[in-house]
Amino acid sequence: MTETEARTALVELSDVSKHYGTVRALEGVSLEVHAGEITCVLGDNGAGKSTLIKIISGLHRHDGGALSVEGEETRLSSPREALDRGIATVYQDLAVVGLMPVWRNFFLGSEPTKGAGPFKRMDVDLMRRTTHEALLRMGIDLRDVDQPIGTLSGGERQCVAIARAVHFGAKVLVLDEPTAALGVKQSGVVLKYVAAARDQGLGVVLITHNPHHAYLVGDRFVLLRRGAMVGNHTRDEITLDELTKQMAGGGDLDALVHELKRG
Amino acid sequence: MSTTTSTPKAAAGKRAPHGSPLHKLLARPELGSVVGAVAVLVFFAFAADGFLRASSLSTVLYASSTIGIMAVPVALLMIGGEFDLSAGVMVTSSALVSSMFSYQMTANVWVGVGVSLLVTLAIGAFNGFMLTRTKLPSFIITLGTFLMLTGMNLGFTKLIDDTVSTKTIGDMEGFPAAHAVFASTFSIGGVDFKVTILWWLGLVAVASWILLRTRTGNWIFAVGGNQEAARAVGVPVTRTKIGLYMGVALGAWISGQHLLFSFDAVQSGEGVGNELIYIIAAVIGGCLITGGYGSAVGSAVGALLFGMVSKGIVFAEWNPDWFKFFLGAMLLLATLLNAWVRKRAEAAK
Repeated sequence: MTETEARTALVELSDVSKHYGTVRALEGVSLEVHAGEITCVLGDNGAGKSTLIKIISGLHRHDGGALSVEGEETRLSSPREALDRGIATVYQDLAVVGLMPVWRNFFLGSEPTKGAGPFKRMDVDLMRRTTHEALLRMGIDLRDVDQPIGTLSGGERQCVAIARAVHFGAKVLVLDEPTAALGVKQSGVVLKYVAAARDQGLGVVLITHNPHHAYLVGDRFVLLRRGAMVGNHTRDEITLDELTKQMAGGGDLDALVHELKRG
Repeated sequence: MSTTTSTPKAAAGKRAPHGSPLHKLLARPELGSVVGAVAVLVFFAFAADGFLRASSLSTVLYASSTIGIMAVPVALLMIGGEFDLSAGVMVTSSALVSSMFSYQMTANVWVGVGVSLLVTLAIGAFNGFMLTRTKLPSFIITLGTFLMLTGMNLGFTKLIDDTVSTKTIGDMEGFPAAHAVFASTFSIGGVDFKVTILWWLGLVAVASWILLRTRTGNWIFAVGGNQEAARAVGVPVTRTKIGLYMGVALGAWISGQHLLFSFDAVQSGEGVGNELIYIIAAVIGGCLITGGYGSAVGSAVGALLFGMVSKGIVFAEWNPDWFKFFLGAMLLLATLLNAWVRKRAEAAK
């Protein structure tokens, strides 16, 4: 543990808050993301998970507290800046453009080019080949990278997005509810790739409302409720049962059990 | 074709049909319009005497090119997920600016042509800027521009020239050269063709290159297909959309200069309604009205269909009132066919 503390975190939030007008979306949230570790952010709907992602990925700016990337305090002004600093975000539903071929999606926003002047063009062969190889490393063998990405299954699409982030040298991977819309089997596949990304030395932020999925792979757990942080534990400080209980509302759950008990 | 969806297990590999040539053909956005174009060609070959003569072909191609020059950028814009209802009257605005600037300043017509380019591009940039800034639907923004341009075209012309038509610039310096560039004819094997056909084919080639082989093309598909996803991976959405509107403006400038130099004066009330014809050509050509899908070649086939029907009716000596009916029927048929083809292509995964 002490060794980890000594290292500089890839991303560190301390006491970060965000307001939309008078609405408190996030208050006093702290978390650390280290290389080769998975930090899980758990919370129910409306807990502030999305706001947290938007701050880390550069879509929104925080208005209180500090955000440090590799030890340097900063304020991310755009998704592009976050990407340039090695923070890649994979969104649950808006990760891909469904009608576009897989290879066009894979390189979207970072297309390699060749030639100069008016003949500057995308290196289509390289793009097709690289896409196929990167997906093969993730264990997906697509016969045709020209098919619209919308024809892939939800889990496969998540994997394309993860493979893309890994390929473009992300140091930090932010995953927004990667298993939310998936069945049990597909969820397992995606978690396997999340672990694979961690083993390649990436720092992973896994946003989820499923404590079972989180506990399977997580090293640190941050719990959010109504915009506030209600827990921040390392793996050896908490058991799955406790995590599940805290996630479900702790004391509130006991009250619910009591209420539902038949007289 | 139906077997590809109904018996997926019979195929050796689940994704095998995707690589097959038949599947690739079915997945082309312009397929529906090509089928339609062939059908219309065959129909008028029988219904209209002399429809297949070279001189008729030239007339059809000319009619197609005047629509096609605008249908190309309008198609790109639609792939990028937006409309431009001001495209029709913008052509007239462009011609008016060119003509009136040259006449009032007694300048070489090329000066007017240059000023017109700047003004027209500025109108396009205004459309794009307003859209990305206000985040209102492009339908509203460009409807506003459409109405304002319609009013300004008439208002300014009456203010400056006292009539609805501009003064002739036919005897001004540089007119012959400008006429040669924008409105001349050339001859192949004794048949005269209008130079607009070359502009049209050139635009289709450039637009296809941009769409299929450049980063910008990738961004156009992406902003039309899923704007938020595009923005999240770092695609410059605002710049892409403003660029697309300026592309429409560029097309309007070319069309406008053709309008002016075909004759030597411009009627200020022209162009109203043409914006819909450009959109129809793009949709018939396989552009998805919701964005993210389509091709420049498709828009050219759509424009060709338009040209064949509009001239075919004349050759067949029918009442031209029927033209609109044909156009509407074609639009519906082509859209249905496109939707059917696309569903087939996507289901066979």
